[in-house]
Amino acid sequence: MVQELGYLRETPSQTAGPYVHIGLTPNYCDIGGVYETDLGSAMVNDKTLGERITVTGRVLDGAGALVRDAVIEIWQADSAGLYNSPSEMRGTADPNFAGWGRCPTRAEDGVFSFDTVKPGRVPFKDGRKMAPHITFWIVARGINIGLHTRMYFPEEAEANEADPLLLRIEHRERVDTLIAVREGSTYTFDIRLQGDRETVFLDI
Amino acid sequence: MSDLTNNKPEMGAFFARDRAWHAPALTPGYKTSVLRSPQRALLSLDGTLSEITGPVFGHSVIGELDNDLIHNFAKPGESAIGERIVVHGRVLDERGRPVPGALVEFWQANAGGRYRHKKETYLAAIDPNFGGCGRSITDDDGRYAFRTVRPGAYPWPNGVNDWRPAHIHFSIFGHGFAQRLITQMYFEGDPMIWKCPIVGTIPDKRAIEQLIAPLDWGNTIPMDARAYKFDIVLRGRRSTMFENRKEGN
Repeated sequence: MVQELGYLRETPSQTAGPYVHIGLTPNYCDIGGVYETDLGSAMVNDKTLGERITVTGRVLDGAGALVRDAVIEIWQADSAGLYNSPSEMRGTADPNFAGWGRCPTRAEDGVFSFDTVKPGRVPFKDGRKMAPHITFWIVARGINIGLHTRMYFPEEAEANEADPLLLRIEHRERVDTLIAVREGSTYTFDIRLQGDRETVFLDI
Repeated sequence: MSDLTNNKPEMGAFFARDRAWHAPALTPGYKTSVLRSPQRALLSLDGTLSEITGPVFGHSVIGELDNDLIHNFAKPGESAIGERIVVHGRVLDERGRPVPGALVEFWQANAGGRYRHKKETYLAAIDPNFGGCGRSITDDDGRYAFRTVRPGAYPWPNGVNDWRPAHIHFSIFGHGFAQRLITQMYFEGDPMIWKCPIVGTIPDKRAIEQLIAPLDWGNTIPMDARAYKFDIVLRGRRSTMFENRKEGN
């Protein structure tokens, strides 16, 4: 016999189901008066530092149909590349930027949208700088375990080419699935759950 | 080991997720998963700062009735209809340590199995005093608790005659974005658990049993509400004491 490690098993994930809005964005689904606002619905205020951007997109299923009942959460560094988190040891992030947002894909057109700032660069474990990116987490009916992915910025071609995560993608034509399309200050990031242009999802 | 002697925030990456313990993405018995399941292999990578970190939700975001679903949508002086219960438990990580400050959000159908949602079409009645959402932030021991009514079972369009067992949805936000988890809690003794295609997406019976809350007779409040205990385990974190460090760090 050896000693026991005594670790617990992670609670298994279950789908968020079709009524995820009741729990995560009740005001969005007309359950008013319980919470003042839906958490994560506003990421910036007047004092937030950095370049204002809008991140928008849709989630598409394997038949190309819009997923209109998903909830997207994003997590990102501030404009200086610092996370507003107790685990951030490199400095103090912008107090006017929490870095976290939550948005449903709208029932009418399947679109999600975040008003935020462009994140600065964050180091990889070995000190190399990662390219600026936003971390995404997607849940919906039919998704048994939340999907992690990242959005990168098209104008950062040089940084993207040296990004430690993007470099790990074996099939190079898939790198583009993580790079948003820019139009002015709006970045469009469509997430494809399945099919020829399936988004690269992460086990991270 | 600094993490045993003080409360310094932890910076280690999270334990790799045991994907065999969770449901796979494609589970044809749950039909909606067929077109919503990624088919390519996930890109596996040890967590970076972007996943090790996560936002903090202060206790100030929580309102007085947020953890009382019997009253938080009810008209003054009224309350939701149904079997009164208390659901409580701890949020721990895989190392068995409590996760304080975790945001726990929950939502559910009413006692008749009806959700308050525009997409819901089940003929069971809406309870005018029941919204169906609540939230809590765990205390220093990782504890949370809320009052609600026991949700009803309900039919759903999947197979010809599929029903969801009574359940409460949980969303848990721990300390790192990599710990993010959504799951569902079931009730001890419900025979419908084993007939449900969504429960059946999980391959291991022991993992399913981890989602079934036992009746907690000790914490049942006499003449008021029965208690169910539901502990939740999030991914554990490595100690950073052995991590390679760059020169000068």
